[in-house]
Amino acid sequence: MTAPRKFAGIAVALLAAAAVPAAAQDMAITNARLVIGDGSAPIEGGTVVVRGGRVVAAGADVAVPAGVPVTDAGGKWVTPGLVVAVTDLGLVDVGAVDESNDEEAKKARFSAALDIAPAINPLAQPIAVSRAGGVTRAAVAPLSTAAIFEGQGAVIDLGADPGAVTAARAFQYVELGEGGAELSGGSRIAAVAELRNALGEARELAAAPAGSRRDDVLLNRGDALALVPVVNGKQPLFVHVERAADIRMALALRAEFPQLRLVIVGASEGWMVAGDLAAAGVPVLATPLNDLPARFEQLGATQSNVGRMAKAGVKVSLGAFFDQPRYAPQYAGNLVALTRVPGATGLSWDQAFAAISSGPAEAIGMGDRFGSLRPGRAGDVVIWDGDPLEVTSGVLKVYIDGVEQPLSNHQTRLRDRYAKPLTGDLPKAYDW
Amino acid sequence: MRNAIRLTFAAAALSLALCAPGASLAKDKKKDDSAAVKAARDFDKNPYPSTYKPYPGAPTALIGATVFDGAGGRIEGGTVLFADGKVVGVGGADLAIPAGYTRIDGRGKFVTPGIIDAHSHLGVYASPAVQAQSDGNEMTDPTTPEVWAEHSVWPQDPGFSRAMANGGVTALQVLPGSGNLMGGRSVTLKNVYARTIQGMKFPGAPYRLKMACGENPKRVYGAKGRMPSTRMGNFAVNREMWIKAQEYRRKRDEGKLESRDLAMETLAGVLDGEILIQNHCYKAEEMALVVDMAKEAGYKVSTFHHAVEAYKIGDLLKENDICSAVWADWWGFKMESYDGIPENAGLLYKAGACVVIHSDDENGIQRLNQEAAKAQGDAHRIGIDVPDAEVIRWLTLNPAKAIGIDKLTGSLAEGKMADVVLWNGNPLSVYSRPEKVWVDGALLFDAQNPARRPVSDFELGQSGEGDVK
Repeated sequence: MTAPRKFAGIAVALLAAAAVPAAAQDMAITNARLVIGDGSAPIEGGTVVVRGGRVVAAGADVAVPAGVPVTDAGGKWVTPGLVVAVTDLGLVDVGAVDESNDEEAKKARFSAALDIAPAINPLAQPIAVSRAGGVTRAAVAPLSTAAIFEGQGAVIDLGADPGAVTAARAFQYVELGEGGAELSGGSRIAAVAELRNALGEARELAAAPAGSRRDDVLLNRGDALALVPVVNGKQPLFVHVERAADIRMALALRAEFPQLRLVIVGASEGWMVAGDLAAAGVPVLATPLNDLPARFEQLGATQSNVGRMAKAGVKVSLGAFFDQPRYAPQYAGNLVALTRVPGATGLSWDQAFAAISSGPAEAIGMGDRFGSLRPGRAGDVVIWDGDPLEVTSGVLKVYIDGVEQPLSNHQTRLRDRYAKPLTGDLPKAYDW
Repeated sequence: MRNAIRLTFAAAALSLALCAPGASLAKDKKKDDSAAVKAARDFDKNPYPSTYKPYPGAPTALIGATVFDGAGGRIEGGTVLFADGKVVGVGGADLAIPAGYTRIDGRGKFVTPGIIDAHSHLGVYASPAVQAQSDGNEMTDPTTPEVWAEHSVWPQDPGFSRAMANGGVTALQVLPGSGNLMGGRSVTLKNVYARTIQGMKFPGAPYRLKMACGENPKRVYGAKGRMPSTRMGNFAVNREMWIKAQEYRRKRDEGKLESRDLAMETLAGVLDGEILIQNHCYKAEEMALVVDMAKEAGYKVSTFHHAVEAYKIGDLLKENDICSAVWADWWGFKMESYDGIPENAGLLYKAGACVVIHSDDENGIQRLNQEAAKAQGDAHRIGIDVPDAEVIRWLTLNPAKAIGIDKLTGSLAEGKMADVVLWNGNPLSVYSRPEKVWVDGALLFDAQNPARRPVSDFELGQSGEGDVK
């Protein structure tokens, strides 16, 4: 954000590159169609500079400091890495192979106390495949437990290194609505009773952490302790609800527990209570394109849900799609498509991209750490071969914390092996 | 991909109920055939006939759009004419427009044939997805060729409307699930709401039989403590069935059957070539085995569904004239999908094999055009350039071929059904949506006219009734 000397800056950088050893996390990308990711419009001829793994400047008139290696994007799209909230990345190798899948703990004796972070496997192929799709951060949750509390989610980066966990115990996740009813005895009434009791026990424990507990508590100490930061507002509480009435019910919890930092997840009928959500200032991670009455709690589902909430002033972004995180741009692009459908409500391109980058980061409470290319954020940057929301586009380069990432994985290796399908002088197994 | 874990399937049997009736029957009927023999031999092959009738439509001229004809052709500034439910002409700006045609300005827009989904469970796994409406898998026996998907379809599934409005889908094959090795007959539907399932049935479509390889049948029946519990068990059970079917067919042709057998009638129909096989099969080695099993038993596989490893055996699939119905990039949700790659369709295309993009999903069916575009982009990045018009074929003429209706629809050619979509932009872009959809020349969706937006019985009086969705 210095004086308008962008071209001069590049020249200086090139000249000085040999003089000052750059840190591994220093890099700059110039000549980009630059997307900051905060809802602002793309910048032609933009530059982003990352030092020590963090963005120091991004914009049209940014000079590259001496010694920072420069990549010329050649006018291509450059964006922050995608942020996908509420996913099972790192917990699963293959969904239906139980032994490889840590997202179910139906027989666990704990629920709220369960901490996802230690199980994250940075080498799981879904992480590598998602990384190659431009996803750089994820909020991993929920577990499927025997109780409405599904444990403490983790925020991870998708870097090809062992240090995946950005923040452990970043949020608690609770299942209400039809799912919560099933888990708590068969009715929403039971789910709400479970939740209120649990938060109440946590509040008692918070008031006297060293004291002995009542002898009629329902939660074990671990689960109750895990809910202390929830009830005192230090840890966000992600609440999965779809039905309009369930969203209102979740918002009403704050009358009894005023410090709750709610994040609504799913919210198929969010548009029907958009005014309440906007007034409450509660972030929403909406499943993007639900438009079928897949359940009775989703009878009002429409693809215009996100657009209508955004128009009403709700802090809404995309998340909670339990398929591949790399589909995030396609979902965002579909919301842009709606702006051309009579009677539908979508998002502008700029809003749509923010809904898969800074939006989810802010919903997690980490918008100051990643999710956009504003100064101070992590140097998570993607170079694309076309409009990142367009389905025919692909990823050229990915940086996480300023470090260029490998994009090969099981899929790309198979692709390379079978690009020529016939075997030669040796079986395919020797072609690697 | 949690929803993908649900059992899926490929059932396909293209059988033409309309093929020459009794063509396979023994030529020398004995005059003294008993009533039982006659019943077993001369049964009605089309006992639940289609009652679908095209709705009225005005003679229409789409003018000035980019036209993809579904057969690989592309016309800039093209003209498409249809009347009385049929395509009358397709050409350039010089194509004469007869008097009395309603002219629609298509400049800046795109025209394709109606999108066809070769793999859907709409109606048999309807929305809402409650247990009471879970009607796609008769998992009480590993082989149930006697069941017919059309007896499970709920014609008021709200999913049909979304498939049309958002996906431009005008016809679809609804299959039984893949819990069974032989899941039953599929049904081809016009994507037009009706009071009865007969009112949706695609007139002239053959019957097809859904079969399934791999994990699902062995898991379902292994868990019940019965055969099959392994892949070799899958094949053994199938082969035993084909042997019985051959015997049944021989007796039938010799006039020796004393009673009807619904299961055997379906399998004999496959052996007769009237019922087409649609085989859910993910893995290369299993597909190759199925190809040989088909030769051993004397039938042909029309289409492998899901086929995530088809790219490994494109040459074999081409040689055997078998279509692969695939997702663009579903991957990793089960062991047999672990080797899926986004370049699958592109590599198959390069090998000269038949590519079909299918959905197997009530959401995916709304975005088949986008799935095809993703596959196109992934192919491009490894140097395989598939022209837009060829990619559109993956959604139109190829699925029509895969399910046996390519003589009737699937491309914009004179005399074929006027199943047509006008898109507000290139359908191979995420930013494009159907603007108008015609089925047999009748305008059944118009984004600009809410009165031309279907609303199922289920959604009446509910939140968001008639919403744009």
